[in-house]
Amino acid sequence: MIKGLLDWLDDRTGYRGIIDAALFEHIPGGARWRYVWGSTLVFAFSVQMITGFFLWLGYSPSSQTAWESVYYIQYQMAGGWLLRGIHHFMAQAMIVLLSLHMAQVIIDGAYRAPREVNFWIGLILLHLVLGLSLTGYLLPWDQKGYWATQVATNIMGIAPVIGPYVQRIVIGGPDYGHLTLTRFFAVHAGLLPLLIIIFTAAHIYVFRRHGIKHKEPLVGPDSTFWVDQVLKDAIACLVVLAVVLFLVIWPWIISMGAEHPGADLGAPADSASPYSAARPEWYFLFLFQFLKLKQFAGANEVYGAIVIPMGVMLLFALMPIVGRWNLGHRFNIAFFGAFVIGVIILTGMAIMEDRTKTDYQAAVKLAQFESRRAIELAQAPAGIPATGAITLIRTDPAIQGPRLFAQNCASCHRYDGHDGTGQIPGKDTDPQTASDLKGFGSREWLGGLLDPRQIDSPHYFGTTKFKEGKMVKFIKEEMAAADEAKKSRMKSVVAALSAEAGLKSQKVADATDTELIEQGQVAIRTAAGCADCHTFHEIAGDTEIPDLTGYGSRKWLVDFISNPSHERFYGTRNDRMPAFGAKQLLDETQIGLIIDWLRGDWYTPQP
Amino acid sequence: MLMSSGANPASPEPPRRDFFRKTLAIVAGLLAGIIPGAAGLAVLLDPLRRKSAVSTFLKVTTLDAIPSDGTPRKFQIISDREDAWSKFPNTPIGAVYLQRQNDQVTAFNVRCPHAGCFVDAIAGDGFHCPCHNSRFNADGSLVPGSVSPRGLDELEIDPIALKNGVVQVKFQNFVAGTPERRPRT
Repeated sequence: MIKGLLDWLDDRTGYRGIIDAALFEHIPGGARWRYVWGSTLVFAFSVQMITGFFLWLGYSPSSQTAWESVYYIQYQMAGGWLLRGIHHFMAQAMIVLLSLHMAQVIIDGAYRAPREVNFWIGLILLHLVLGLSLTGYLLPWDQKGYWATQVATNIMGIAPVIGPYVQRIVIGGPDYGHLTLTRFFAVHAGLLPLLIIIFTAAHIYVFRRHGIKHKEPLVGPDSTFWVDQVLKDAIACLVVLAVVLFLVIWPWIISMGAEHPGADLGAPADSASPYSAARPEWYFLFLFQFLKLKQFAGANEVYGAIVIPMGVMLLFALMPIVGRWNLGHRFNIAFFGAFVIGVIILTGMAIMEDRTKTDYQAAVKLAQFESRRAIELAQAPAGIPATGAITLIRTDPAIQGPRLFAQNCASCHRYDGHDGTGQIPGKDTDPQTASDLKGFGSREWLGGLLDPRQIDSPHYFGTTKFKEGKMVKFIKEEMAAADEAKKSRMKSVVAALSAEAGLKSQKVADATDTELIEQGQVAIRTAAGCADCHTFHEIAGDTEIPDLTGYGSRKWLVDFISNPSHERFYGTRNDRMPAFGAKQLLDETQIGLIIDWLRGDWYTPQP
Repeated sequence: MLMSSGANPASPEPPRRDFFRKTLAIVAGLLAGIIPGAAGLAVLLDPLRRKSAVSTFLKVTTLDAIPSDGTPRKFQIISDREDAWSKFPNTPIGAVYLQRQNDQVTAFNVRCPHAGCFVDAIAGDGFHCPCHNSRFNADGSLVPGSVSPRGLDELEIDPIALKNGVVQVKFQNFVAGTPERRPRT
């Protein structure tokens, strides 16, 4: 019955012939592990098609939704991290498999007649896959992909004559935006896969036409594709998948569950925010390093970026012709070997150079912090607004505070010895001349300020004239030979003054130490002598020295940074600090972001 | 096949070993395909494990804003909306028709229970669905001969707030196409 039905189907379609042709391919010398690379590539591409389609179900290409939808796939959807992780690492596995496949073809001379055309089809496929890598890298629209892809499209722009036009068409306008994503996505998920299917079909067809290029000496009796080679291919594919799965969960394993498994997602792309950690994917690092060689400076860039790489590709394409002679084949192998060694050296140079660069290391750390923070904000109850996750980033003190501090404050001030972002400003260009503001207003910070051994260190008054001022003299004289009573009184003053700041980190301490704080408030007004000069609540002190009412609170800091020369603060005695608000050097939002960051006042997830 | 090798004729394998290899090849192949497919399937089915927001009474308008002669008037429902990765605070999430009889107010969801089209209020003639011509009386009941399986979906109104002149509606969408009324979950 079933046989009758299948006979009928075969009569109408000839399916048995197709299956026979597909499965009973003749393999001289029998199945071998060295023949598996082509099949693993077909497998890898199939996995990309499958995972890519499912990712497509959740991905939304626009500059306000790309990062957000990838975040949603990765962190909210069931199995999303695994799906994206497989797609991400399988893409890299494909590059490795392609290299192995190609190396084998060249070394074995499998490009020689009658297989020249198939070698060229293979080269086209290589470029199509690299095109997938390039377009795919941008799609999550994170800082890393955004800035790395800029390099590629800008190189397009320097191509002679047509460059600028091609660049504009690819990007969809003068700058990156919605259309860049829609275009890259259409090419990544539509055009390139279609071309790869067509060229792979041609590749396999031509391959079957000429048969497998067997490696002498043959190791066993002849056999067919099914079942021996299929079994070896299937096992090889499983190994590839196992490696990919291992890479997906690796970050999760080494961090013992602290890190999310799967592919990395950086902070959302921001054209206005620097990203010094921008690097291409590891397999493009050699090109990146090549372009840095000083021979390609200035007008020579086009040679390093376009002419020489194209020349190398041309030599690859000519291999089947050069390889007609035995000497030519040797030349091809030597050329390929030199190419591989060059790639290894350049990649090694790129890695070593980055490893020794402290500013790059700091940039990577900052990037990791910002990407973790972006995820944290997206997961917050307030969620992602319609304007996109970039709004969360731009209004977040934890991210913007350090940046603004580095740019506006760190030429004099420090934050824990650095500029807020982890970079140490130059000793000669921007020496520390004012206080280190980490923990400003906290008990620890104030404890140091009111300590005779610390008050004249650069940590507090820097190199300003206040370092030799009345306050320093007062503390040194008053506290030099302080007895226990004085010391404990000072402790209460510190607690009371610190309570004025109302810091988030001291909420518990401020609430429990009410007695100590009350003692301190009395001491400030009386015995400690603070209010002899400073204003403190109802007690009006001298002008032109800082008002201690609400010292270190948000409002106090806004007023201070807006205008330190106000009579409530330093008045005419102000030493160099600009009136950031009054002179409009910073707007209210920016001042607020710096202050909230200094005060540690930002969203933190509930444990 | 252009390539052939006469020197190494294929030797037949023992059938048992061959069967074992065939099974192994198929299992290995399936396994390699299933894992990526399963991850994809989980994402495909993710919407099934998500619930719609719990409906609560939402302030729609005041009693004075509804015509006192019983003419239905359309009002937007404003609430927070969560759409996959986006959150929209205070945004229109739907609409209702409010009708007033003295101090009593009735609220209808604007969606036709047949297939979910937005029904029109016709002065003096109840409601018409522009898609499949279902008709509803002013009290929301179905006019015989209409394709809709039930009358318009009436929504609950908070009686206590209404006494203070505020109209609060428990806004819900219902499953379309069924004779009985089931809230969409």
